[in-house]
Amino acid sequence: MIYNLLIGGAAGLGMETLALILEKILKRKGFEIFVVHDYMSRVRGGHNFFQIRFANEKIDSHGDELAGILALDRVTIQTHVSRLKPDGFIFADEEVEFQDDRMYRLALKSTAKTIGNPKIFGSVALGAVLRLFNLDFSSTEDVINEKFAGETARQNMSALEAGYRLVTGKYEIAANKKDGQILINTTEAIALGALASGLKFYSAYPMAPSTGIMNFLASKMNEAEIIVEQAEDEIAAINMAIGASYAGVRAMTGTSGGGLALMVEAVGLAAMAEIPLVIVNVQRPGPATGLPTRTEQGDLKFAIFSSPAEIPKMVIALRDPEDAFYQTNRAFRLADKYQIPVVLLSDQFLADSTRTVNDFDFSRINNDRYLSCETYSEAEYRRYEITATGISPRIIPGQFPGTRVLIDSDEHDEYGRITESATVRNAMQEKRLRKMSYLREDIQEPIYAGEDQADTLLLAWGSLSSPVKEALRLLNASGGNKYGALLFGDVWPLPDQLLKEKSQSARRIINVEQNATGLFASLVQECTGIKCAGSILKYDGRPLSAQEIFAGVNGGESA
Amino acid sequence: MNEGNFPNVETAWCPGCGNHGILTALKGALTTLDKKPHEVLVVSGIGQAAKLPQYISTNGFCGLHGRALPPAAAAKIANKHLTVIVHSGDGDSYGEGGNHFLHNIRRNVDITQFVHNNQIYGLTKGQASPTSDTGYVTDVQPAGSNNIPLNPVLLAIALGCGFVARAFSGDQEHLKAMMIAGIRHKGYALVDILQPCVTFNKRNTYQWYQERVYKLGDDYNPDNKLNAMEKAMEWGDKIPLGILYREEKPDFHDKIAFLQNGKPLVNLVPDLKKIQGFMHDFQ
Repeated sequence: MIYNLLIGGAAGLGMETLALILEKILKRKGFEIFVVHDYMSRVRGGHNFFQIRFANEKIDSHGDELAGILALDRVTIQTHVSRLKPDGFIFADEEVEFQDDRMYRLALKSTAKTIGNPKIFGSVALGAVLRLFNLDFSSTEDVINEKFAGETARQNMSALEAGYRLVTGKYEIAANKKDGQILINTTEAIALGALASGLKFYSAYPMAPSTGIMNFLASKMNEAEIIVEQAEDEIAAINMAIGASYAGVRAMTGTSGGGLALMVEAVGLAAMAEIPLVIVNVQRPGPATGLPTRTEQGDLKFAIFSSPAEIPKMVIALRDPEDAFYQTNRAFRLADKYQIPVVLLSDQFLADSTRTVNDFDFSRINNDRYLSCETYSEAEYRRYEITATGISPRIIPGQFPGTRVLIDSDEHDEYGRITESATVRNAMQEKRLRKMSYLREDIQEPIYAGEDQADTLLLAWGSLSSPVKEALRLLNASGGNKYGALLFGDVWPLPDQLLKEKSQSARRIINVEQNATGLFASLVQECTGIKCAGSILKYDGRPLSAQEIFAGVNGGESA
Repeated sequence: MNEGNFPNVETAWCPGCGNHGILTALKGALTTLDKKPHEVLVVSGIGQAAKLPQYISTNGFCGLHGRALPPAAAAKIANKHLTVIVHSGDGDSYGEGGNHFLHNIRRNVDITQFVHNNQIYGLTKGQASPTSDTGYVTDVQPAGSNNIPLNPVLLAIALGCGFVARAFSGDQEHLKAMMIAGIRHKGYALVDILQPCVTFNKRNTYQWYQERVYKLGDDYNPDNKLNAMEKAMEWGDKIPLGILYREEKPDFHDKIAFLQNGKPLVNLVPDLKKIQGFMHDFQ
């Protein structure tokens, strides 16, 4: 069984807290959960909502169809009632005026007032939700006590209990109690992955939807003994991270597309000076300010090509929180190994969707730093020694008396000294770019999902992996054609073996992307000559759902 | 001059350039402070002054134009044992890097910035800089610069900088003393170094400076902020040299206990058990 609930209202009504409480209660009861948060770029008012999908089976994605609406205002009902199932329910306060047979007019506000805190009427509604699904109060009190203290905690518990008495049970769903799971979003998973990788320095400028990384890391600053520095601008943020990395610590910066635009010159510096760096770009619709709190996959090519001239670089698109945790560790390792900038591509959908995943396995963390094991005296050490792989020995400044580490954004010789020599220039440019061919050995092929020998092959990358997986189940259950998908994580350099193999047997290839022009399809064609016959694209800032993909593929089929 | 641990290297600077004297003074200052080359990091942006890390045997970070301060501050945060010094020109420090100048004074990391202020862009061949006098004529400003010159020392004092000094490349002993005092100061320190550009700046020449500069005497008290601001505004017929303002205050590291008391960040090993425990937040 899968149920999809929507909690909606104006910003400032405490919805985030409400959603968090319900998520945690359901999670601890043992349900699988997928939550998406849709919010406007404003602090008060407007219309924001959470969709909490819970099930006693594995769920990969959010859904469109709603089992219930918990409306904190009338706008919520008006906006979403068209997606409500015929046997669904609407919970709203008795004073909300709306005509619908599925509506429960509940004494939410008056009950909260009686309890002595009119602001917590949402908790009354939560109590009613628990009753409607015949869920008991186990784990509820713990969650409330973790979220609130003293009198407020007591009032919220009273509100839940009072809400429980407002309705009678309607649904039956038993959880598959599963231990070893966490409820986390991709932003938190990136931050946790960075900490597990030994991150010591994070500098960033606040920008939605990337700010959550800084928030989480800052909350662990003293415990983890890391520095989280809010820079004066994105240019400072990336140059600080590069300076810290030069000095020998693992460093990272994070931003969204507009911020990455400001960082571009320094991305080239990291490549030129061969200083390892991890950059997170949490995409939002652009260009310019765009839609700050919404989602898009519009920065694919920008992330790949954001530097003047030609540089070695790696771009990894994150698929989900679990993937993000391990890929963040891999990004640090490969940045260190090849002494290059590595970009992690996330997006607002990943940043603001929370899901249940298996506990992260810390035994899989590999923190090799690839520092030189040699001892150096001044005459011997060449920071940019020309080698077969293009990778030069790296030491930490100050590590060896008599030895200097000289890095340069100008073209330089093996010692880091400025040069305009044509011979040295060629040797150095070739050395830097040579790292890309060795990097190919570390590239991961995409995940293949769906039926073997598919006649229709979907191509997707990053955050769309989950909805595409769910869409494949719908498509393959519908009979007839066989559907498969390649779900890319590494996008640059582009892994092409599985792509070449699978595209040969497929009758039709469709790219599924959240951008207007099919950036990935164009990248695939540029790198491999393989063309997509159709595409499913969405660029209104709202996440693409499995149902939409299903409809898009079927629409293309009949056309 | 005693170069101590820092041997001479051939430079690409013009003969007679003030940069030569500044480099010599720096070597002298580091020798006096008994610094070994591997203990020092010199960070620069881009420009003629910014080539300095190439010509001294310390660690060097020749970064991007205007962006010397961010990596310098971060390197010091990452490894507090490094002595971190920024050398760059007036265009790099006050123009392209203006925002970092403002905010690194606020950040107050224990680094020292030496600005080679020749009131002109040298590397790009003679355009007005943020500190060029109003009316200064260049190829790009043929009718003279219309802009009000930026007063870096006044600005730094106003922003709460704990050490603000001015020196002149033509007076090496005094310059060296200012450098030593700046490096010794705990927190961000600025030394604005007046420096003729013999190739492009035909106005602010050695002679022009020699006729105007004077050293602040023992009767000058650098602890008084209002007096310091008044002194910092003196420009024209008389230009004061010396420590204009000094104030002891907690620096960046003082405010973060594990940075202040523990090992340098670069020597810390992550405690994976502790980090694994952070997963409890997501139960």
